[in-house]
Amino acid sequence: MSAKTLFEKIWEAHVVAVESTDTPAILYVDLHLVHEVTSPQAFTELRERGLPLRRPDRMLATLDHSTPTLPAGADGERPYANAEAKAQVSQLEANCREFGVDLHGWDSADRGIVHVIGPELGATRPGMTIVCGDSHTSTHGAFGALAFGIGTTEVGHVMATQCLLQRKPKTLAIHVDGALPKGVAAKDLILHIIGRIGVDGGTGYVIEYRGPAIAALSMEERMTVCNMSIEAGARAGMIAPDDTTFGWLKGRPHAPQGAAWDAAVTRWKQLPSDAGSRYDREVRIDAREVKPTVTYGTHPGMAIAIDVPVPAARNAQERRALDYMRSETGNPMQGTRVDVVFVGSCTNSRMSDLREAADVLRGRHVAEGVRMLVVPGSEAVRRDAEREGLHEVFTRAGAEWRVPGCSMCIAMNGDLAQPGQLVVSTSNRNFEGRQGKGARTVLASPATAAASAVAGRIADPREYLVEAEA
Amino acid sequence: MKPVTHIHSRTAVLADENIDTDRIIPARFLTTTTREGLGTLCFHDWRYQADGSDNPEFPLNQPQADGCTILVAGRNFGCGSSREHAPWALQDYGIQAVLCSEIADIFRNNALKNGLLAIMVSAAEHQWLLEHPGIELSIDVEGEFIALPDGGTIAFQLEPFARYCLLNGIDQLDYLLQHSMAITGYEQQP
Repeated sequence: MSAKTLFEKIWEAHVVAVESTDTPAILYVDLHLVHEVTSPQAFTELRERGLPLRRPDRMLATLDHSTPTLPAGADGERPYANAEAKAQVSQLEANCREFGVDLHGWDSADRGIVHVIGPELGATRPGMTIVCGDSHTSTHGAFGALAFGIGTTEVGHVMATQCLLQRKPKTLAIHVDGALPKGVAAKDLILHIIGRIGVDGGTGYVIEYRGPAIAALSMEERMTVCNMSIEAGARAGMIAPDDTTFGWLKGRPHAPQGAAWDAAVTRWKQLPSDAGSRYDREVRIDAREVKPTVTYGTHPGMAIAIDVPVPAARNAQERRALDYMRSETGNPMQGTRVDVVFVGSCTNSRMSDLREAADVLRGRHVAEGVRMLVVPGSEAVRRDAEREGLHEVFTRAGAEWRVPGCSMCIAMNGDLAQPGQLVVSTSNRNFEGRQGKGARTVLASPATAAASAVAGRIADPREYLVEAEA
Repeated sequence: MKPVTHIHSRTAVLADENIDTDRIIPARFLTTTTREGLGTLCFHDWRYQADGSDNPEFPLNQPQADGCTILVAGRNFGCGSSREHAPWALQDYGIQAVLCSEIADIFRNNALKNGLLAIMVSAAEHQWLLEHPGIELSIDVEGEFIALPDGGTIAFQLEPFARYCLLNGIDQLDYLLQHSMAITGYEQQP
C-alpha cells in the first residue's frame, strides 16, 4: 500500500462512484451547512421538481449573513437593513420548517456564523466531508475534514442526493517551520502565506498546512488559517487532527460519547498523512520570519509586514489597487489613519480572538473619531465573552458590542463603512467595496485591529501588549 | 437546460486581473431569493456612477461593447465568494462566455452548470485576446476550439462531463439522481 495524504484518505472514503475520463467522481457529503443567502433558489428547485431532501439529518442551518447585529427593538422588531433581508430570513425559516431541517434560528441559543457554530456544536469532526454554499467552508478543514464551498446549484445537488460530482483536486503542502514569534497571530501567518503564494497560488489545489508551527496552533487559530485558504484560490485547507483537535471536540453536543468517542478517536488517529506521502506541490514557510501583517491593496495577496514599505505597483491593476487604497509606495502601512475598526467574521470572531483584542483594549480607549464594532461569532461566544466581562472591556473602551452575525465582513446587513473610510478589519476580504461602496479595507489580526483603534492609526500590537504585561 | 454548442460574437474586454465576485455583483444585492433579473446589478459599482447614470469609463458601457456576448477578462476572474449570483448576473446581462488564462474554481464550476462557458486559454493566447478587443470569435464547444477571423484557431479543453452536459443540455442533478441505488449502497456500508 502506498503512503496516502490526509486528503486522499478522506476522499477515498467518500467516493460513491469513481471518476473516469468522461465522468467526475460522485462524492458523498457527510454534513451540509446552510444559510439564508445561498439556499433559497435550491429549495425552490427542489419544490418545483417535487424532490424530497435526501438526508435532512445531515443538514444544519443557521441565520447569519442578512441578519442585523443590533438587538430587536421594544416592539420585538429586528432592525433589518431592508424588506428583502427580512424576507430572505423568513424564507429560510419557512423552508426549514417545510423540509424538516434543523435550524439554529433567532430563538436558538446556538445561532451564529455558520463556520463558527459547526465546530462549536461538534458537528464538524475529523474525516468528514463538509460543504456549504459559502466559500469560507474551508474553515472546517482545521479539524482534519475535507470542507469546501459550493454554488447554489450544487447546494441543490446535495439536498437531493447528498452527493456532488467532483474531479479530484491536486494537493499542496504548506510546511510551516519554527514557531510564531510572541505577539504574532495565526491571522498574520495566513496573510503572510497568501502574500507569498499569491491570491491564485492555491487554485486547483487542496492545501494541507503542516509542520511544527501549525501543530502548535490552537483550534481557533487553525480555523483562522484554514478559513483563508480560499483567499489563495484553494477551495479547501486542512490540518491533520491531533490531541488538540480531540481535546477541543470532546463533550460537544454532536460529538460521539462514551465508547463511541473512543472508537472515533482511534479512527481519527489514522487520518494524518502517512510518512513519505507525496503532494503535487510543496511550499516551505519559516514562522520565525512572520511579523504582524496587513494588506495594502484590494485582494488578500497584497499583504506585507506592518512596518515594511508598500512596494511599487508592478502593473496597471496594482496601480489601481494602490490608488483605491491611497497606499503610498515607500511608506509602511503602520501609521495610516483609521476611521473604522471591525473585529468579527468567520475568520476572527471566536473567544481567543476577542481575548486578543480585549488584552490590547483593557484600560484604554478607542481614539477620537474612530468607530469600532465587535461582533461575536455566535451566541455561545457572546455568552462566554460576557461571562468573562469582555463586553465591558469593549464598551468601556468605546467600542460597540453587537449581536452575532457576519456583519461588516460582507456588509449586506446594513453594517458598513462610508465611501473613502479606512477600515482595519479582522475579516477575510479586502476587495473593492466589500465593506461598503468606496470603503477601503485593511485586513489584520484582532490585536492589530484593537491597537489601531486605540492609536487611530494602523499600529503594531506588540507595543501595546508589552505595556499590558509591564 | 438548453444545449450550448456554438457562440459567435465580438469580444468585450475587462483587462483587470482578479475580478472578484463582489465586483461582479456586490453582496448587498444578495438578499434576493430568486435567480432572475440580476443583469441590471452586474458590475454595479463599476458600471454606474453615483447618480445612477452609466460610467463612461467602464469598458462594457462603451458603444463598441454593445451586443458582445463573449467577455475576455484578466487573469483569475471570479475569485472570492461562492455566490452563484455572479454567473446568473453575467448571463442576465447578456454574457454567454468568459475567456481567461485562469478562472477561479468555484466560479468556473458555477458558470458551467448554468451554461455560461468559462473557458481557459493559454497565457499567450489570453494576452493576444486582451490586446484585440472587439475581435469576432466563434466558439465551438464540441470541437473545443475558438475560430479567429483570419482562419486561425485557439484550442481549449473543457472538463469532459461539463462539455457533454453543455452539448446535450443535460442537467447534472438528473445524472446524479440516476445513481440513487449506488448512493443508498454507500449509505448502508457498515
